[in-house]
Amino acid sequence: MSIVPQPISEFPWRVLLLLLAIAAFGTVVLYSAAGGSMTPWAINQIIRFIIFSVMALALSRIGVETFARFAFPAYAAVLIALIVVELVGGVAGGSQRWINLGFMQLQPSEFMKPVIVLAVARFYALLSVGEIRRWNAIWPALVLIGVPWALVLIQPDLGTATMIAAGGITVMFLAGLPLRLFIGSALTLAAIIPIAFSFLHDYQQKRVLIFLDPESDPLGAGYHISQSKIAIGSGGLFGKGFLKGTQSHLDYLPEGHTDFVFATMAEEWGLVGGVLLICAFMLLFRWGLRVSLRAQDKFARLAAAGLTTTIFFYVAINLMMVMGLAPVVGIPLPFMSYGGSSMLTVMLCVGIVMSIDRSSRRPARTGNWS
Amino acid sequence: MKFARPKRKIVTEATQTFTFTRRAMVVGGLQGAFGLLLAGRMAWISVAQNEKYNLLSESNRVNLTLIPPRRGWIIDRNGRPLANNRTDFRVDLIPERVKDADATIRNLAELLALEPDEIGRIREELDKSPGFRPVQVADKLTYDQYAAVSVRLPDLPGVAPSQGFSRYYPAGASVGHLLGYVGAASAKEYEERKNPLLITPGFKIGKDGLERAFDTELTGKPGAKRVEVTARGKIVRELTTRPDMPGNTIRLTIDAGLQEYAGRRIATQSGSVVILDCHNGDVLAMASMPSFDPNSFSDGISHLEWEMLSKDDHVPLRNKTLQGLYPPGSTIKPMVALALLEAGVHQSETVNCPGAIRVGNTLFHCHRRRGHGAVNMRSAIALSCDIYFYQMAQRVGMDRIAEMARRVGMGQKFPLPFPSQSYGTVPDPAWKLKKYGQSWQVYDTVNATIGQGYMLINPLQMAVMAARLATGRQLIPNFIHGAERPEPDSVGATEEHLVVIRDAMSAVVNGGGTGGAARINIPGVLMAGKTGTAQVRRITMAERAGGVRGNASLPFKLRDHALFQGFVPFDNPRYAVGCIIEHGGHVNRIEDAPMICADTLSYLFDPKKAMEKLETLEKGWGGTPAERLTRQTAAFRLSKAMETGEVPASATSNAAQAANATAPTAPPAEEDGDAPPPASSPTGTP
Repeated sequence: MSIVPQPISEFPWRVLLLLLAIAAFGTVVLYSAAGGSMTPWAINQIIRFIIFSVMALALSRIGVETFARFAFPAYAAVLIALIVVELVGGVAGGSQRWINLGFMQLQPSEFMKPVIVLAVARFYALLSVGEIRRWNAIWPALVLIGVPWALVLIQPDLGTATMIAAGGITVMFLAGLPLRLFIGSALTLAAIIPIAFSFLHDYQQKRVLIFLDPESDPLGAGYHISQSKIAIGSGGLFGKGFLKGTQSHLDYLPEGHTDFVFATMAEEWGLVGGVLLICAFMLLFRWGLRVSLRAQDKFARLAAAGLTTTIFFYVAINLMMVMGLAPVVGIPLPFMSYGGSSMLTVMLCVGIVMSIDRSSRRPARTGNWS
Repeated sequence: MKFARPKRKIVTEATQTFTFTRRAMVVGGLQGAFGLLLAGRMAWISVAQNEKYNLLSESNRVNLTLIPPRRGWIIDRNGRPLANNRTDFRVDLIPERVKDADATIRNLAELLALEPDEIGRIREELDKSPGFRPVQVADKLTYDQYAAVSVRLPDLPGVAPSQGFSRYYPAGASVGHLLGYVGAASAKEYEERKNPLLITPGFKIGKDGLERAFDTELTGKPGAKRVEVTARGKIVRELTTRPDMPGNTIRLTIDAGLQEYAGRRIATQSGSVVILDCHNGDVLAMASMPSFDPNSFSDGISHLEWEMLSKDDHVPLRNKTLQGLYPPGSTIKPMVALALLEAGVHQSETVNCPGAIRVGNTLFHCHRRRGHGAVNMRSAIALSCDIYFYQMAQRVGMDRIAEMARRVGMGQKFPLPFPSQSYGTVPDPAWKLKKYGQSWQVYDTVNATIGQGYMLINPLQMAVMAARLATGRQLIPNFIHGAERPEPDSVGATEEHLVVIRDAMSAVVNGGGTGGAARINIPGVLMAGKTGTAQVRRITMAERAGGVRGNASLPFKLRDHALFQGFVPFDNPRYAVGCIIEHGGHVNRIEDAPMICADTLSYLFDPKKAMEKLETLEKGWGGTPAERLTRQTAAFRLSKAMETGEVPASATSNAAQAANATAPTAPPAEEDGDAPPPASSPTGTP
């Protein structure tokens, strides 16, 4: 036993410091994006980070069993919220993605990202071992994923819908479904993409086409990607220097403090800043996956790996979009992009993974099999 | 379901854990691979393609604007500016920097004495403006107004006083045809030159006259300004500025004072005056009136103003000096006399003038119906006797006269810096055969001798003729001060013959001849000259029988042209003059060619006195040309508004009266024996 008291040694210092580093860097970038000012973004961002960190720590004190127990009720609640949004949106017209609660705007699709992981993990945890290779192991999960996916897709929000599906399917994959299912599905998907494409909304189709050839419309719909690439490309190895980015400061880069915050960062910090940030995220994912490998029960390990992957999808989709490898789908970069909803979601994920970490470190009560 | 049935593995808790571990490793590996992919992609964009994106980023950020160069000045022989650049003071509002719009506008309205409708316009534009685009408050401000705003800047956030340059012609309309004007380049001109400067806002090129001829010299080198701009075009800061290089100054032979005087002295007439330096052919004044105001042309002329100018029967848009061709009338008689002397006619030989002679089938009249009796060369020139020249020209033949006409500059095209030049005709038998395929007839000689028929001349050529008769040297008109020129050839006349001609031309003015009105009121300075009348209509036998109609009773367009050429002083010529008054008809002695020439030349000897006389006269004409032009424009605008029904009919009569009042009717011609009487031969007049 070390001389450090147990509550302190149990405290997840390393991951908190990692998150703090990323969020602090994000705050610095937002400070620059506002033209060298703490207002309006940087100060809000750091305050939110502190609040949500406290929330994540609070979550980490809750036992894993509680999350497992509340997985389905939470799923049902978010699903109802999604339907309500759809109905309200139908009345208001246009694409509505949130419910106005008066004090804040609730975006239920955002909560669906972690909740779908918990629900699917819960489903496989409840499934008896022998059932895993049966049809019964597949269709309930597909329904769990499919309903919210469809609801979010018709909002329409292609990015979030993709993340919900990807999060759920990752859990299915980890749960041990036969590999050929995934390979077969991937091939089928490749075949039906052209058909699905024709069902997309005009602006979504346009985004996909522009993504394939951004230079075809550098001043119109391809403007975001073109300017983002110019910002990243002109940053070079070490960047233009703090507060010296021209693309962001002269407003050439659209959404430079939200979805395209990585481009704002890369312009001023260069490849060095970008690689450091990517490494920091990789460390976070490594921590999450190691927690999942250490976890003792099925729900815990599926949830930890799934939630980690959900954060990974945020990072991967956003960076691909910013670097011109994916269409512009409106997925923010965790801890960097300005905005409360996404940070709340990511911190929920982190909080639950911390809780799993905490319970697996406690002395084993039911046989330690790892 | 089928996929599961054939070979179902036995799955236990342990194998499932193992599967999870393996698959979690796969997921982790994929995540790591993705991280590497993203880092690689970023390295590709930011390092491998850094140069390309740096360039794109710079071209986003930096905006290069040309600063139009200041145009070179055009100055007169004494260094007085004929065309310069007026500092154009203006005040703008930058909407996004304005704190209290109402107070600012109120302040500015007080400082700049803004009209209420202007204030309304500013408010309206301020509301619509996107924030960074300036809203013009006022331009063409005086320095005092500009300074008044500038010193209050700390209290007026968002107010931006600035200065630019605009072309200014101090003499206004008097130099319109001489200098031309400047304007923004047309699309066609840009196509031809492909110079980006031409489409820079505020840059103007020479459109006519000397401004066009010397455009290259007058245009300097543009400056350049590199500014950092935002995506919305707002200028953040200036990076570097290279100042412009102003264009070269062009020094003309023109005397600014004389030029303006000549223009004003033409009065309400449509005409042209040219004054040459007899020493070297320098053009001291070249006025064509009425004219347009090059200042308003350079600012961009309104449609209305253009319409008014193009409808005017005094053709203000034509440069009469170079593009107008007129029958020279009797002004060529001294030249014909010189040809006669050269051909061996002695000055003392007399011819009896009975009032008319028969040439072939036609009766040719002298302008004096009763005839002059016996006339010699001197009195024939002084009294402008047609019969003397009819008789003598028949004796020496047209070829000798035509040759002399060419030597004194008729039909000659001069190397002048003007876009177009009409240079007239000197007819002779060979020319007629070539042009019309007809042989030369005696009546052709008779007509040509008195400057009618095919004979045509422009006002500049007439001044050149006067200068060459005065000096006996073939002077070439020149506009550039101090230009290198070869010594002019001789006209080929002996000094003795020239003295005869000068003496006779002095007699025209000072010896009871037809040009008494050209007497110059400077002690010791005697003017020599020759009057002329060019008929523009045919007088029928029927009209002649009933008495030729006086010019005053004819419509403007049918009146004779009045001409005068001469030089001062007659015995030692210093300045030569040529003048044509279109449809002058000698109906108004003060506004007739001889007195206009005399007054204009007297300015060279006594500017103060000449100016006093002009100012007195101008009171009767309704003010200076600029004042008259302003009033004409106002009247025209009102009549236009009436036509379109914008002004009630009651205003109509008032406007018409106002218009009439501005163009004073010519006072009745003073009875004077010197004034040449109306025309009286089929085609020829004095």
